[in-house]
Amino acid sequence: MATKFKEALESGKFVVTSEVAPPKGTNLEKFKHHIELLKDKVDAMNVTDHQSSVMRYPSLGGAMMVKEMGGEVILQMTCRDRNRLALQADLLFASSRGIQNVLCLTGDSIILGDHKEAKSVFDMDSSQLLRTVRILEAGKDLGGNDLDGGVSFCAGAIVTPEADPLEPQLIKFEKKLEAGAEFIQTQAVYDLDKFKEFMDYARQFKVKILAGIILLTSAPMARFMNKNIAGVFVPQDLIDEMASAPKGQALAKGIEITGRMIRSIYEEKMCDGVHIMAIGKEDKVPEIMEAAGLL
Amino acid sequence: MIRSITQKKPEKEIERLLKGLNRIFIIGCGTCVTLTRTGGDPEVREMKTELSTKGKMVTGHTVVPVACDNLTREFLSDFGEQINQADALLIMTCAFGVQSIARQLHKMVIPALDTLFVGKETAVGLFDEICTQCGTCIIGETGGICPVTNCHKGLVNGPCGGTNHGKCEIDVNKDCVWTLIYNRLKELDRIDSMRKYQKPRNHLGEPKPGKFKLPQA
Repeated sequence: MATKFKEALESGKFVVTSEVAPPKGTNLEKFKHHIELLKDKVDAMNVTDHQSSVMRYPSLGGAMMVKEMGGEVILQMTCRDRNRLALQADLLFASSRGIQNVLCLTGDSIILGDHKEAKSVFDMDSSQLLRTVRILEAGKDLGGNDLDGGVSFCAGAIVTPEADPLEPQLIKFEKKLEAGAEFIQTQAVYDLDKFKEFMDYARQFKVKILAGIILLTSAPMARFMNKNIAGVFVPQDLIDEMASAPKGQALAKGIEITGRMIRSIYEEKMCDGVHIMAIGKEDKVPEIMEAAGLL
Repeated sequence: MIRSITQKKPEKEIERLLKGLNRIFIIGCGTCVTLTRTGGDPEVREMKTELSTKGKMVTGHTVVPVACDNLTREFLSDFGEQINQADALLIMTCAFGVQSIARQLHKMVIPALDTLFVGKETAVGLFDEICTQCGTCIIGETGGICPVTNCHKGLVNGPCGGTNHGKCEIDVNKDCVWTLIYNRLKELDRIDSMRKYQKPRNHLGEPKPGKFKLPQA
């Protein structure tokens, strides 16, 4: 049985989390394989919630599967597809099934996904969802009514340390902390000097910070992220290093770079842990951890 | 000035809506749709040619001064015979105009335009949405700029993570309203207003359909 994520956070150890994405459909074999591969290696697995607004098997169902398989899970919840009734109901359900960690997100725009004509909800935002968790924990719902049986969660949120302009993001970050966020997963960071600057600011708050790490798989993928993903900046020297990999060796190079970055974060105690996003390459997470000296 | 912003429906959709209807009277409007060039005199004439080419018979056409005004019925009475002969009225105004005419004349109405939003011309040829009439105005705390209308997600507690260089995650041509609000509040030395937590919005401002009755004097 995995150690509780909250205990891992509080223990002061270097925490490692990663992501598993539920499938498009009901064939859960690959998803289960990733859970099996990771459950004893990472401190918790995030189960994504229609990531990039692409309709998939639900994060709640995926999170229950992680629990059933003996892993520790962080349920990702976005405000894009559910109003406040549905979000509260799903929090009650998750809690009743032993899911104890939740990552509160606003969610990507519907327009970025594969159901562009759907109605987006956004009845609440990430900071309001965090507060909702705390209100439910106090035995009430958002309507002020008493709950018969409460919930308990270790709740987290995200921040983009390299956003431009930065201050509005930091104001939102502080709102999330005031709303009760216990841990923060950052958007992917590649420029560790810049990340250290963010940590110099973030250290003043009593919150655990996990640096977001996206596995680089090729130089074009790095350029694509620079162009298309808000707040992600892969420095030119890393792109050049990726491009220098011999043909067919780009992924191995990406694993090496990612491992090296995590090792620096760990050895220099920059923050409390890392959140590894190996989008589509979840089976490479153990290799990344090995390269980082964490396995 | 407050404007209703429209765009022409796809040709195929108009064709589908007019299927089986052969005699058509076309109505444009001299106000918003003239400004947006979607239902002024040139567009109405162009539509007449388009329909004639497709074998429809255009019994007449006109541009009413203000389609959403109650005087439209009077204005259209001059076209009584041409309207009577028509199987349907193809209306190149916003949905206010289409519905006003539908209430005033006992005729089948077909909108030729989609009404996108209520906004204003912010630069020559550029129209921006200003207010969604949500019924629970919060702009007293956002420097007079509306995030409910101008944030793609209607967020009231600051930007989402998708904002980039002051632009919106869905379109680099759209400003991130939270960058605009931030800049404005900073200018006014009121940034603390942005730090204030905003509760989930009250969506009960005026339940649809909106109705407002003046209190008895």
